[in-house]
Amino acid sequence: MSNNSANNSLVLLHKSVKQLRLEAGIRRMKVSQAASDLKTFCLQNASKDPLLMGVPSNDNPFRPPKSCALF
Amino acid sequence: MGEVEKMKKEAEGLKTEIEAARKAVHDTDMAAAAAGLAPAPRVQLKTRRTLKGHLAKIYAMHWCTDNKLMVSASQDGKLIIWDSHSGNKINAIPLKSSWVMTSAYAPSGNLVASGGLDNMCTVYNLKTPVVKIIKELDAHTGYLSCARFLNDADILTASGDTTCALWDIETGKQKTVFLNHIGDCMCLALSTDMNTFVSGACDSLAKLWDIRDGQCKQTFQGHTSDINAISFFPTGNAFITGSDDCTCKMYDIRSDQEVIGYQDAQLNSGVTSLALSMSGRLIFAGYDDFNCNIWDSLKGEKIGVLSGHDNRVSCTGVPSDGMCVCTGSWDSFLKIWN
Repeated sequence: MSNNSANNSLVLLHKSVKQLRLEAGIRRMKVSQAASDLKTFCLQNASKDPLLMGVPSNDNPFRPPKSCALF
Repeated sequence: MGEVEKMKKEAEGLKTEIEAARKAVHDTDMAAAAAGLAPAPRVQLKTRRTLKGHLAKIYAMHWCTDNKLMVSASQDGKLIIWDSHSGNKINAIPLKSSWVMTSAYAPSGNLVASGGLDNMCTVYNLKTPVVKIIKELDAHTGYLSCARFLNDADILTASGDTTCALWDIETGKQKTVFLNHIGDCMCLALSTDMNTFVSGACDSLAKLWDIRDGQCKQTFQGHTSDINAISFFPTGNAFITGSDDCTCKMYDIRSDQEVIGYQDAQLNSGVTSLALSMSGRLIFAGYDDFNCNIWDSLKGEKIGVLSGHDNRVSCTGVPSDGMCVCTGSWDSFLKIWN
């Protein structure tokens, strides 16, 4: 193995280790807490979610309401 | 040589440490936590518009923040700006290179961008009497797979050269290059506060990046093939990915791990695109098998399907008011559903 490629491996490894150290050092939240927060958000916003609740024709910009016009 | 061995050992040690730390907080998963929830209603959406105009495969679409206009990109060499309410074409912008893979609408509505196998991100001004190219962002050494505007001055790109980059549109230069993926970057999603973004790549990893310091902060494993699509959950604390391994996954950023997977034994087509409904409860995922499947994000169950395209669904998008979902396909049509 030439000196150059040995140096390259070393540099890459060093970067890899540095990155792993950074990622290892973070604080992690319990999944139960994280899941609870996600659940709460979905439930609190469910009634405002048009695709979940359905869009009444009157408010649907993609569907003009049926109307009778008497001239 | 001793130095290399020492580092390899440290790397292995750190990987083990990370896995142990993730396991230590894994006291449940999303599906178990949502077991007591009422199931999401069976979702049956109808096609409200079929937008016809492209002459070849559609590869990308993006909603404008006004919830009415949208841009689509096709390998017929055009970007089309549509008024989704009327179904009319507002603009048809000819592309210098027809091998387009991504398109983006700036939050202001003033600019759009496109890019693809030309390795460039081209930014267009929609507000001049004739649509004009204002900049060609040229520095990536691989294809442009995704672009997203932060504002009229800054844009983020993901590339087949394995990097993502933040550009100053005015100078045309890269302000920051995000290096860490070891496979083509296929997709990116910007957080609402614009301080971070997540990327998905062919190395089957998703990564969280700090835009200001250019650092990769967290790496998420689990997929076994290319990640083609990525989207933040509305709170910004989680994100969903879609992959060639035929599954979607939700990763929680604060727990630093996958919390639920969306898969079905009968589904053996790759996921090409995904979008979330406004509350985050529904995931619309486009697949190679011509369908867009609808998943309950909390329970992990498939609750509906959008069938209607005659070819692969290549892109999906929900506008910020959550009023509809748009699907774009290789069949050259875009459909709007609600």
